[in-house]
Amino acid sequence: MLIDPYIQQILVTIGIGIILAQGLNIITGLTGQLSLGHAAFMSIGAFSGALLTIKAGLPFPLVVLAGGMTAAVAAVLVGWPILRLTGDYLAICTLGFAEIVKVVFLNLDITNRAFGLTVPPPATSVPLPLTVLASALLVSLASQSIRCSRFGRALMAIRDDEIAAAAAGIDVARHKVRAFGVSAFMAGVGGCLYAHVLGYINPSDFGFLKSVDMLAMVVLGGLGSVPGAVLGAAFLGAAPELLRFMASYRMLVYGAMLVALMVFRPDGLLGGINLWDFALRRLGRTSQRTRGEN
Amino acid sequence: MALLELDNVTIRFGGLTAVDGVSFTVQQGEILALIGPNGAGKSTLFNMVTGIYRPTSGQIRFRGMRLAGSAPHRAALCGIGRTFQNIRLFQSQSVLHNVLTGAHLRGRWGLTGALLPFLPAVQREEGRLLEHAVHCLGRVNLATKAYEAAGSLSYGEQRRLEIARALALSPALLLLDEPAAGMNPNEKQTLLEMVRAIRDSGITVLLVEHDMRFVMGISDRIVVLDHGVAIAEGVPDEVRTNPQVIAAYLGTGGDGHA
Repeated sequence: MLIDPYIQQILVTIGIGIILAQGLNIITGLTGQLSLGHAAFMSIGAFSGALLTIKAGLPFPLVVLAGGMTAAVAAVLVGWPILRLTGDYLAICTLGFAEIVKVVFLNLDITNRAFGLTVPPPATSVPLPLTVLASALLVSLASQSIRCSRFGRALMAIRDDEIAAAAAGIDVARHKVRAFGVSAFMAGVGGCLYAHVLGYINPSDFGFLKSVDMLAMVVLGGLGSVPGAVLGAAFLGAAPELLRFMASYRMLVYGAMLVALMVFRPDGLLGGINLWDFALRRLGRTSQRTRGEN
Repeated sequence: MALLELDNVTIRFGGLTAVDGVSFTVQQGEILALIGPNGAGKSTLFNMVTGIYRPTSGQIRFRGMRLAGSAPHRAALCGIGRTFQNIRLFQSQSVLHNVLTGAHLRGRWGLTGALLPFLPAVQREEGRLLEHAVHCLGRVNLATKAYEAAGSLSYGEQRRLEIARALALSPALLLLDEPAAGMNPNEKQTLLEMVRAIRDSGITVLLVEHDMRFVMGISDRIVVLDHGVAIAEGVPDEVRTNPQVIAAYLGTGGDGHA
């Protein structure tokens, strides 16, 4: 690779952050269901992917897809009962689920208990950073595409008003579970890539703080905004590095920046801004002006 | 032909009987108004027809099929569209987007379509839905506001947008919960013609309304509820002169409440 390894590492961190943020954005941003346990799906994707590489030596693209699918299946199974809840209750429930996953992985022999797993390099010739960035792009495109689809409209209707959504014939429970599945798939893909990039995973890596990190990216970028999730992940990925010159004051300033951002842009960096509409409106205004002049 | 039949429908919330043994039918192609003083149980009745509440006893049949107690989205699947007394628009979305969402049941593509938006079949469907949504907006004179935010519309326009969203699912029966509330006389007149046009296009209308001039002007038949009981039923002129109805609205000398 031509890029400096340090920069490369930051880019990979951001890339994985983007995938995780897009995943959480589907369920929390688009569907309006607060999940505080998304690290669990990341963890499930990471461990299932790592085990497939270690035990089965599957080709890497298959490993990544399988990691995502495992997380999605787990989400659908757990989603049926808990997605009847909303708001704080759902958040607490997802929190509990994440703790259960962590404890289970800490006690299973196959995940090597508290020692964690050492993950060998993936069986592929494509450089990992490239795979991560390509995946981040794909996941973002898929998110944007979902947002503009009939399926996405149903999710946003559920977010805005469940009763009105049901009156329009939208099966609320089913759409929530599907959104949760898609969301977990992305988290699983992110987790699987994370495992292979780092080369070592431990169940304790996927605790509450990881879930909060993801939520911070989504909220910072603007709930429901796909470019916002990219921006949020990029900001939270790059800021700690950019602030490194501050030495021990680094995290203090980082925290202060987060507080300031939320005070001045409570809807997130891109909250309430539809980039596409914005661009169209600008174009519209220009064409109107030219017409006026004629 | 009876499109909607309510048969001895009762609902209790704890010790309160909100609707008590109400029976009436809505005939295909008519405009039926449900009136009554505040707290008479009109909206509760709407919510039972659309599956938000489950009746304690009694049956609701739509086209002869049992409806009572099924999940809210089932009512829409059967062909029942509704608006809400306290406006429930998708506030963060554009006017057009609200109606497109209302047309949900006219589409088929789900997650697969969302991930493969370039498929010709998906694009055709999106085009079809969009065309239908614009058509529905036109029916309530909101086509020019398609790209405005739903929340930025005036109160009367928001009520009309709710009607457009309900029309988007091409219902056989349209339930309007206080459609004229908060409208000025001009807007009410326009609404009256709009609702007539909707009925003339083959959609049966059941509405709850407090504005008596509006109700008398538009209804083919009226059902009067008071304290959860149906006290009168008939054409506007019959209801207007019914002594029980007058008593319910104005109170009688010996009765404590007005």
